[in-house]
Amino acid sequence: MMPPEQNSPVIEVQNLTVTSYDRTILDGLSLPVYKNERLAIIGPSNSGKTTFLRCLNRLNDLQHSFKVSGTILLNGSNIFDPGADTAQLRRKVGMVYAVPVPLPWSIYENLVYGPRLAGVRDKNRLDELVETSLQSAFLWGEVKDRLHMPAKNLSGGQQQRLCLARVLALEPEVLILDEPCSALDPISTAKIEDALFELKSRLAIVLVTNNTKQAARASDRTAFFLMGKLIEMKETGRLFTNPSDKRTNDYLVGQFG
Amino acid sequence: MRQEKLIALILQAVALSALAGLLLITVFIFKEGLPLILRTGLKDFFFSSDWEPDAGHFGIMSMIIGSLAVTLGAMLIGGTLGLGMAIVLTQFCPPKLASFLKPTIELLAGIPSVVYGFMGVVTLVPLIRSYLGGPGLSVLAASIVLGIMVLPTVTSISIDALKAVPRTYWEGSVALGATRWQTTHMLMLKAARSGIVAAIILGMGRALGETMAVIMVAGNALEIPGSVLDPVRTLTSNIALEMGYASGEHREALFAAGVTLFAVIMIFNTIALTFARRTIRQGRGQ
Amino acid sequence: MKRISPAITQLIAVGCLWTFTLLTLSILLFIIAYILIQGLPWLSWEFLSQAPESMGRRGGIFPMIVGTFMVAGLAVLIAAPIGIATAVYLTEYTREGKFTFIVRFGADCLAGIPSIIYGLFGFVFFAIALGMGLSVISGALTLTLMILPTIVRTAEEAIRAVPPAYREASYGLGSTRWQMVTRVVLPLALPGICTGIVLSLGRSISETAAVMLTAGSALRMPHSLSDSTRTLALHFYILSREGLSMDKAYATASVLILLILALNLFAYWLMRQVTRRNG
Repeated sequence: MMPPEQNSPVIEVQNLTVTSYDRTILDGLSLPVYKNERLAIIGPSNSGKTTFLRCLNRLNDLQHSFKVSGTILLNGSNIFDPGADTAQLRRKVGMVYAVPVPLPWSIYENLVYGPRLAGVRDKNRLDELVETSLQSAFLWGEVKDRLHMPAKNLSGGQQQRLCLARVLALEPEVLILDEPCSALDPISTAKIEDALFELKSRLAIVLVTNNTKQAARASDRTAFFLMGKLIEMKETGRLFTNPSDKRTNDYLVGQFG
Repeated sequence: MRQEKLIALILQAVALSALAGLLLITVFIFKEGLPLILRTGLKDFFFSSDWEPDAGHFGIMSMIIGSLAVTLGAMLIGGTLGLGMAIVLTQFCPPKLASFLKPTIELLAGIPSVVYGFMGVVTLVPLIRSYLGGPGLSVLAASIVLGIMVLPTVTSISIDALKAVPRTYWEGSVALGATRWQTTHMLMLKAARSGIVAAIILGMGRALGETMAVIMVAGNALEIPGSVLDPVRTLTSNIALEMGYASGEHREALFAAGVTLFAVIMIFNTIALTFARRTIRQGRGQ
Repeated sequence: MKRISPAITQLIAVGCLWTFTLLTLSILLFIIAYILIQGLPWLSWEFLSQAPESMGRRGGIFPMIVGTFMVAGLAVLIAAPIGIATAVYLTEYTREGKFTFIVRFGADCLAGIPSIIYGLFGFVFFAIALGMGLSVISGALTLTLMILPTIVRTAEEAIRAVPPAYREASYGLGSTRWQMVTRVVLPLALPGICTGIVLSLGRSISETAAVMLTAGSALRMPHSLSDSTRTLALHFYILSREGLSMDKAYATASVLILLILALNLFAYWLMRQVTRRNG
């Protein structure tokens, strides 16, 4: 496989700044996200990781106090353009939340909700999407015989993989995950990480995590955020063994956060 | 995107319909009633008891006093019972029982006012007549019937107010060794004061505006009552009794009585809403 | 004078309060029992299915049943979509601010206006100014305004009870706001919304003063929306007030009470569904 840097970036964040009232949450951030890579974002709490992620699919639009400036190019077009379709954007940039939120329907209904909104009507096509996305999320074997069971009855780890599968059914170009394993046991965590490894052959992945070990295990590049600024970003192995910024080093050895 | 904007616009327009209704009601009631008040003169309209529509006399003082008398009586009864019930339901009652009792209060609110009036006529009025004297149809009978009718309003709003008091207050007080009753009357009732005032005022609005039940039990005599056993006519019952055959100036005068009632109730509502909002803000502030 | 101990004070106070509560409940029970005991023996299929004769002294109440459901049903049919749309706008489409404040204030004021004022307004506006006359439609439109605040309030509460996380999940899967509202929020809020609608239907059926001035008191069967009609509550009022027939009055009252009981039980059952799901 080509090193990711040689691809053209799927997402290019340029000078992204977010303020809420007088507080600056993100401060002039610029970074590219490439196809076929897993980019981990680490940093102490309140460093703006989640806000950054929620800019990528414009979920911050729901936060009325947030003022966003700068540009985010997805395949070359700015997602903040006045004419941009946010629903379309969120299909291309699929998000998995920290806490799994299965909608109060069956497993099957959860999976076909997104594709149906996107206009897929054909039953066979929907069934196919359900199967492939569940397989990609390593959940197919566990639920294939009870697709019409309420999603709430699944265990926490299964629910999170369902949420992952639900996003994959949209066939996104970028997958963004906000601390997806913070509420999961180690075995479920491993399954998600395995799934991400398989998935990077198809799409770009941005993973926000509070767990530096997870970043080390499950990413190709890592970015370190501190107080809304990008301190350092490089290949994961190099960042962990040889950070160039003192603040990165302090964080990694547990000085703060 | 454009479709979404259109939907938002339509919803916004629909959301204005409650306001539009309120404006229409205000405009039409005032348009029909206000000219007559101005023609008659404030003094002859509000401070005269001379109501002889055929002779062109439109003094509504006896009805104002009648309305005030039954409202006051209703609040003494309904306010006490209603607040008492709210305290029991929030402070001294197992939650299971409370969740059963609340719908029964709603049921009480759902019974038609004509049924209340009728029950007053067949049970209460004879009792008053034989044990206390007078015609039975009286301020007292109307007060009791109205008291029961406003009880659900007082209770449910008081319950909301009491529930809005932060739980920590209660725990703090009980931890200091206060009995539940001491906590209730020294702390909870004070903390929920604004909401309880709102409940009482809204209850008063209900009592003042109630029509059919009052017609049936108040006796409808056009005179200022000398005691609680005398019959009275309220503003509302006068409108309902005479609307059927009134025309011309007479009808205008009934609308004028409506204007009076409307204005008083709007003032009540505004005061109550201000108090209610204060409770909410206090609750949120914690 | 010796000070009474707090424990005794508490005993007396709580005793009084419980007496109040039990008194209220027994009044409620007494009213229902009294009406049903006096009225049920006179209830029969003929009474429910026949037209009244000689002003209601004989015969049944069928036209009033039809009239009541036409007026109340139409009122709910008009008020429900308006009320739900208002609630959706207030909760999902706008922030708390001047607009929501004004709309809520309007709704709260509407809720406080007495029914006789609604009657006066409906009479001059719908019946006279709009030329609808004393009719089913005048009555229904008047009641629409009357029950609108209740529907808005209950729908708002039901919508707010839907967990915010579901909204984010839906947005995350590429739904527009409208899709999120119609496919996720409203289905979940439906039982709560229905509770408000059912209670409003009950209130419309019970209402007397406002329909008396707007729908009139015709005894015959209403054949169209522009016909005058007499609702059950008004029929009961006229029967008892004019001493036409106490038996028929009791029977009519028991029909009313049974209707209200059934609607309240239904609303209670719906509410239980909500608590069970969210709990």
